[in-house]
Amino acid sequence: MTEPLVLGIESSCDETGVGIVRGNTLLANVIASSMDQHAVFGGVVPEIAARAHLEALRGTIEAAVREANIRLHDLDAIAVAAGPGLAGALMVGVGAAKALAVSLGKPLYGVNHLVGHVGADVLRADGQSIELPTVALLVSGGHTSLLLVRDLATDVELLGETLDDAAGEAFDKVARLLGLPYPGGPHIDRVAVDGDPAAIRFPRGLTLPKDLVHHRYDFSFSGLKTAVARYVETTNDVSVADVAASFRESVADVLTRKAVDACLEYGVPRLLLGGGVAANARIRALTAERCAEHGIELRVPPLSLCTDNGAMIAALGAHLVERGITPSDLDFAVDSTMPVQTIRV
Amino acid sequence: MILAIDTSAGTSVALVGGGIVAEAATEDTRSHAEHIGVFIERVLADCGVTPDAVTAVVVGLGPGPFTGLRVGIAAGITFALGRDVPIHGISSHDAVAVARGSCAVVTDVRRRELAWTTYRDGIAVSGPGLTTEGMLADDVDLSEFPEVRATTISAALLATAALNRIERGDDLKSLTPLYLRAPDATPGNGPKRVSG
Repeated sequence: MTEPLVLGIESSCDETGVGIVRGNTLLANVIASSMDQHAVFGGVVPEIAARAHLEALRGTIEAAVREANIRLHDLDAIAVAAGPGLAGALMVGVGAAKALAVSLGKPLYGVNHLVGHVGADVLRADGQSIELPTVALLVSGGHTSLLLVRDLATDVELLGETLDDAAGEAFDKVARLLGLPYPGGPHIDRVAVDGDPAAIRFPRGLTLPKDLVHHRYDFSFSGLKTAVARYVETTNDVSVADVAASFRESVADVLTRKAVDACLEYGVPRLLLGGGVAANARIRALTAERCAEHGIELRVPPLSLCTDNGAMIAALGAHLVERGITPSDLDFAVDSTMPVQTIRV
Repeated sequence: MILAIDTSAGTSVALVGGGIVAEAATEDTRSHAEHIGVFIERVLADCGVTPDAVTAVVVGLGPGPFTGLRVGIAAGITFALGRDVPIHGISSHDAVAVARGSCAVVTDVRRRELAWTTYRDGIAVSGPGLTTEGMLADDVDLSEFPEVRATTISAALLATAALNRIERGDDLKSLTPLYLRAPDATPGNGPKRVSG
């Protein structure tokens, strides 16, 4: 068959994403974000996000169809993120995707949002398709996960994940402590440029030998956040630049160290960095540096495909179609804690 | 034919037209996302038609618990897009008031609150509004508008109500849910102290 034309819907957090792909070719990637509405609360409010998804739904689908210059009934399949994520937000996308599939008489694939982040890499404009197996480090406001991807359609293993805050969440909370706006990542990045990353030695979560026994590839950022709060409260004349730089260094150090360790232990000389926090300059730089040191090939999808988007969901859906994976049954539920082993529901 | 969808209480889907009515419904108030696709497929099959037989979509806009409510509206929007047919939104209470004289439709919207709308001959007089069990008789003139307490909403009746309103020339373009409550969130007072 010719390459499948697939529309993907993403609504797991605060981005309403609709993407359209033909096989590995990106045709449209339209995103409506409710981020501005969450800023005053310092984090994503689920009910606000879910309301915004419904408001944005029709417009984003119409815009994606225009951008791709297709007609809906040309589609070969629909894909939708079924989890993990905010249940009420996911339900908007899943309800929409089910009715669209029935109205068009097309198969529906309910897929894993996190595996979608890995799938985004097949859409790179240079056409260099992803080589497997690969280790994937997915870092966002909602997730911090280290995966071993042997097969995008059938074999994804969770090596570790955060036990408390996601890395992006830690950036948001520390930004608040420092009086910086939401979302914290870009602002910490900005002020950290003038700071000394070695000025304050903040803790590296779950890196002590005793932690490595059971949590070798897990993360924890809650203690780091508290350490920053304590430092800020008990220090006179706090240098915001130094705190930001030192905090960012701790996060980047732990993330990259564990990712590189996983590549070395599993003998997989490839690392994919995905999720919105991949936009962080220091995390990108340190990952590149450490990968180069160990001869690991680093892949980072373009930023518009790193943050949550529908194109990555479409890409994973197209891959499942091409691999002959059967579609989902129409009665699937959203799963806010869907494990990465479940690539398709 | 009209495809009608309501998820303001349980999940109800109906296909109505040409003297035929097919309806699929469950009273389960926590499985809208699971049922919606299956029910649309079922009413099409029960009528022996394909999706292109649908010439318009009607969705119930609530009031009702938000998470489920959105599932039906989202489904209605995309079904209409997929078939390139018009979509109309009406209050879910309209379905209960069909073929009744004067009445007050009352539904449970959780958190110990009730939603009400008063009707005369199927036409809304006032509401929807929020009240409580204890305040209902104060907020609504139940002698003029006898209470009709509804725990389910029929999509087939929703279609009938929509047809009546279209005939009257009402504008049913808005698809904004009748939330009646702002999102439950208040800005924090800044970070809390962690040192003594």
